[in-house]
Amino acid sequence: MQFSGTAHVYGRDVDTDVIIPARYLNTSDPDALALHCMEDLDPGFVKKVEPGDILVADENFGCGSSREHAPIAIKAAGVSVVIAKSFARIFYRNAINTGLPIMEAPEAVDGISDGDRVTVDADAGVITNETTGAVFSAQPFPPFIKDIIEGGGLVESTRKKAAR
Amino acid sequence: MPRPMTITEKILAAHAGLDEVAPGQLIECDLDLVLANDVTAPIAIREFGKVGVERVWDPAKIALVPDHYTPNKDIKSAEQAKIVREFARAQGITHYYEIGCMGVEHALLPEQGVVGAGDVIIGADSHTCTYGALGAFATGVGSTDAAVAMATGRAWFKVPESLKFVIDGELRPGVGAKDVILHIIGMIGVDGALYQAMEFTGSTITALGMAGRMTICNMAIEAGGKSGIIAVDDVTREYMRGRTERPWNEYHSDPDAEYAHVYEIDAADIVPTVAFPHLPSNTRPVSEARDVKIDQVVVGSCTNGRYEDMAEAAAVIKGHTVHPDVRMIVIPATQQVYRDMMHTGLTDIFLDAGAAVSTPTCGPCLGGHMGILAAGERAVATTNRNFVGRMGDPTSEVYLTGPAVAAASAVLGHIGLPEDIG
Repeated sequence: MQFSGTAHVYGRDVDTDVIIPARYLNTSDPDALALHCMEDLDPGFVKKVEPGDILVADENFGCGSSREHAPIAIKAAGVSVVIAKSFARIFYRNAINTGLPIMEAPEAVDGISDGDRVTVDADAGVITNETTGAVFSAQPFPPFIKDIIEGGGLVESTRKKAAR
Repeated sequence: MPRPMTITEKILAAHAGLDEVAPGQLIECDLDLVLANDVTAPIAIREFGKVGVERVWDPAKIALVPDHYTPNKDIKSAEQAKIVREFARAQGITHYYEIGCMGVEHALLPEQGVVGAGDVIIGADSHTCTYGALGAFATGVGSTDAAVAMATGRAWFKVPESLKFVIDGELRPGVGAKDVILHIIGMIGVDGALYQAMEFTGSTITALGMAGRMTICNMAIEAGGKSGIIAVDDVTREYMRGRTERPWNEYHSDPDAEYAHVYEIDAADIVPTVAFPHLPSNTRPVSEARDVKIDQVVVGSCTNGRYEDMAEAAAVIKGHTVHPDVRMIVIPATQQVYRDMMHTGLTDIFLDAGAAVSTPTCGPCLGGHMGILAAGERAVATTNRNFVGRMGDPTSEVYLTGPAVAAASAVLGHIGLPEDIG
């Protein structure tokens, strides 16, 4: 998987309430959720994000609620991959299960500024800041999780097993 | 002879069919219960439809609790609740709770005996960790994990490292379980237990009743924890007896089990605590927060909506009146709590004070309904999160406390202690 886009950089402890506020949780439609992605942290996000853009954040991204609406909203808003120093664990599972690529890469987070052009080679675990020329490596997924991702997410990989 | 294990490792090993497990190991476990609510179940039901099975794995081991936006706040949330209701009927789900018997899920399911010691439970709600108070391994997941678990009865886990919190001594007067867990979160931060199991032990914990133990385990997630857990003792057994519908299993950590870290806390160091906006870790002593004027007080939620919490708040507010600048909203977490409050006179105490008392709902805790804040307004709440916009407008503020401080603040019109009431 290869991604390329403009980086949108945020701080630590970005919680699921600001990623998708609860007042919009009376629907689970991805396009409806995408309209309010990051609204309470950065009301301008939805207007400036372009398809393929990259979310970059410090530690504990996605903390708080278990709402899968959070990775769904981020993906539907056009974000191709989230790079963070660390992820809250429920968000980590949800991202894998719903097919939102995520990468833990502390050095890359420190080496990317808002608005930088970034390319990501997820298979090789290489993140390149095209604006500065700096290259970073990301921690690879454990093989078990890689199998889920390559199987098309948790539901799809379970369906394949059930059909066997 | 298996390696020495923590209570968490023992429960996970037993459910994975293994003699032993170690932190970092990826395992697949048989589940005792899968739950979801009216926000997370609709997505889970949609994903369940894609797995390729007709029926859920066991209709008696799935709990669907429409509690977040119910009684339905608008047409969209009514449609979400309808999806859950129709699925529950079609699949013959035993533990589906309609309005009239519904309660806030993490108060309701222990009360109804649906969860028990030694269980492995996943729930599409982050506060599923509450059931650790009964000596179970319980953790929050998303809708897709819940969907697959409803189909298969299994889920994958990475065995977490454990943190041990040894809290010893007698709590000071006016200090409760909420202060204990806020103290801990203030100490280690909102990712201080990231990916880890939080095990609570010590004489302070042993002296707590089940309501207080649930308050503590409930907020493990606010420190980033995968789970919170307290080993079974006579208090747990007394609670589960005559309640739990399945036989329970008791596990205890080996004396030489390994912990990533052991925290020793003197109960005497814990004071009435408030978490300031916008993180549960942003804690201060209540005595240093008296200049914060407030517009609303909420007593309720899966954290502090049990009878003991209501009694604690009522004891403070009895004979007093809610400050004219404050709206006080009291939400018993279950129908049983609601009924008990009426029978013991607590409801009258709150009504006499000028508080609103509502049917069970998560409502304002997540900014759903039943007490949303306008721009710039401030609330003291016995709930669990104070993130930006959590209870309403993004410029509103939530201050987290225990029930006694919440009740005192309602009377005072600012954050304060029960003894501040003249």
